[in-house]
Amino acid sequence: MTHFRIGFLPLVDSVLPIIAHESGIADKHGLSISMIKDPSWATVRDRLIYGQTDAAHLLAPLAIGTSLGLDQTKMTTPLVAPFMLGLNGNAITVSLRVAALMSVDHQSFPDVKQTGIKLAALAKDFAAKGRKLRFAVVHRHSSHNYILRYWLAACGCDPETDVDIIVVPPPFIADALMSGEVDGSCVGEPWSSVAVDRGVGQIIATTAQIWSRGVEKLLAFRKDLLDERREDVEALLRALHEAGRYVSDPANVKDVAEVLARPEYIDQPAVLIARALTNRLTLTRDEAEIPARDFLLLHNEAANFPWRSQAMWLYSQMVRWGHAPGTEAGFAAAADVFRPDVYRSALEGTNAVLPGASAKVEGAIRFPTGAGTVSGRLILGPDSFFDGRNFDPDRPMDYLAAQTQA
Amino acid sequence: MLPCTNYRRTDNILCSATNSRTFPPAHSPRPYAPVANTKLTGAISTIGSSFSVQEAKLKIAVVDESAARAEVIAEGLREAGLTDVHLLVERTGLVTRLTSLAPDVILINLENSRRDMLEESFTLSRALSRPIAMFVDQTDERAISEAVDAGISAYVVDGMRKERIKPILELAVRRFHAFARLQGELAEAKSELAERKTVDKAKMLLMKRRKIDEATAYGLLRKQAMDSGRRIADVAEALISVEALLGDQS
Repeated sequence: MTHFRIGFLPLVDSVLPIIAHESGIADKHGLSISMIKDPSWATVRDRLIYGQTDAAHLLAPLAIGTSLGLDQTKMTTPLVAPFMLGLNGNAITVSLRVAALMSVDHQSFPDVKQTGIKLAALAKDFAAKGRKLRFAVVHRHSSHNYILRYWLAACGCDPETDVDIIVVPPPFIADALMSGEVDGSCVGEPWSSVAVDRGVGQIIATTAQIWSRGVEKLLAFRKDLLDERREDVEALLRALHEAGRYVSDPANVKDVAEVLARPEYIDQPAVLIARALTNRLTLTRDEAEIPARDFLLLHNEAANFPWRSQAMWLYSQMVRWGHAPGTEAGFAAAADVFRPDVYRSALEGTNAVLPGASAKVEGAIRFPTGAGTVSGRLILGPDSFFDGRNFDPDRPMDYLAAQTQA
Repeated sequence: MLPCTNYRRTDNILCSATNSRTFPPAHSPRPYAPVANTKLTGAISTIGSSFSVQEAKLKIAVVDESAARAEVIAEGLREAGLTDVHLLVERTGLVTRLTSLAPDVILINLENSRRDMLEESFTLSRALSRPIAMFVDQTDERAISEAVDAGISAYVVDGMRKERIKPILELAVRRFHAFARLQGELAEAKSELAERKTVDKAKMLLMKRRKIDEATAYGLLRKQAMDSGRRIADVAEALISVEALLGDQS
């Protein structure tokens, strides 16, 4: 029996390793797992780097930042990501005061472009009065930060100068909205639903509305560990893939939510956790749950496959906001963190769908489209950005140039 | 100075936030029990490190939500001759306080929920004259690794030589371990006390039921323990459970 210690933050998208552990799936694959919960991404990262954990539920941009020496450690620790823990899964929530000023619908999801324009206008208004709107994200190197900035920038305000974007750990978001410390947030579930349930926030958008197949958390390993324990790692990926099938079966949602609700995991009511798992959200307290399209993809459409182009798009945003140098070499290094080759070799011979390509033009799929595979049948859902832009991984520098002009 | 004006409002978030569940570090024999008695800290012997006059002036901030542990660490640093040690145990106003304090070294417990916010404020301070970075010494990864194992991370102002930081970090690691050991001992003492109470209760039960004296009752418990290869306290506990289930019917 080979053992994995896996670090995580209490979020719904930490579900796959938790369920692999709790359901006996890991056991079946000859693995034992211990889950190690921490309250900050810095500590999840440090435990991984210094070998207190073998793998970690990690923000994709943080894995890239750590690998490239762009984060606070200033140290280059090569990390690898052979498995994504899900696509999408974050919501943008504003305080009730801001929601009232924006007058957005709370019974159905408002159009994300219109909402963005309203929010950007309000932000500029506040900035002009000398009191900027303040948004919380979970980390500088997070898709939350980059998607929020992408949206605001495309809707007419400058995220650098018109708003303040600060870091607040997910479990404290509801408190921050309640006390007025922040006016809005972009955070993973269940923390927006917790804010809604406490009557301190209104969900105005999901990140899936901004980029319908957004790269999110991944399972990160130190590169040296992958090399030393390649077979173990591959067994773990098979267990996680199987856990994904289990979790995406609607018949199991109730059980899964109850496991996640336990104190050692998310420690929040199962009914709130179930929302993300069923792609249904409540936008304000006392409203009914409504469908939130593609809110969180944990398994279908080869959601766990690490597309190199996803890492490269994230890198383009790191460059855009001054977090990384805009070089071809930087793009290549970011792409190398994602390891589709390991994913394929781990899942070869199982019933998993294995895409043939390792990169795709992000944002180019408008309608469900068949994609080439090594095995299995793959239909990819729309992966468009709300502003209709595409990211071509063969021409990243052109994308950067167009971005600065925009 | 750290420029943290952006963070002032954020700090207050933490006053209403409950501390996150902690993960017992690998070296810890059992999960931390709450320790209120800081007087016990005197019981930890300090392994003396001698610091030069220059080192002694380093301004060190110890950030920990456990006031007892922060005191144990600070005391160790002071005993070793470091004179400028500051404790930051309140959850509110941390970044603001660090800003005005402008320490050379920040020691913070790994499980502190404020680390991401702190790191962000350090990142923003890069443009200033005294940027702060995480203490990483790639030539001696073991020292850092030991610190992480113990549950500590350290941030230092940019440009400070590693030889100046290492002894401080090592001292903090020893104190951190000592604190964990102390808590282990305390928990042990508490459970010993609880066991003695259980055995006493079982003895009383036997004395009442079988109308025997205390020594005989204890003898019975001990014999049962020896015969079944269990501890006396376990036998006593089993007896009490049975009594609770069967009551006075027999």
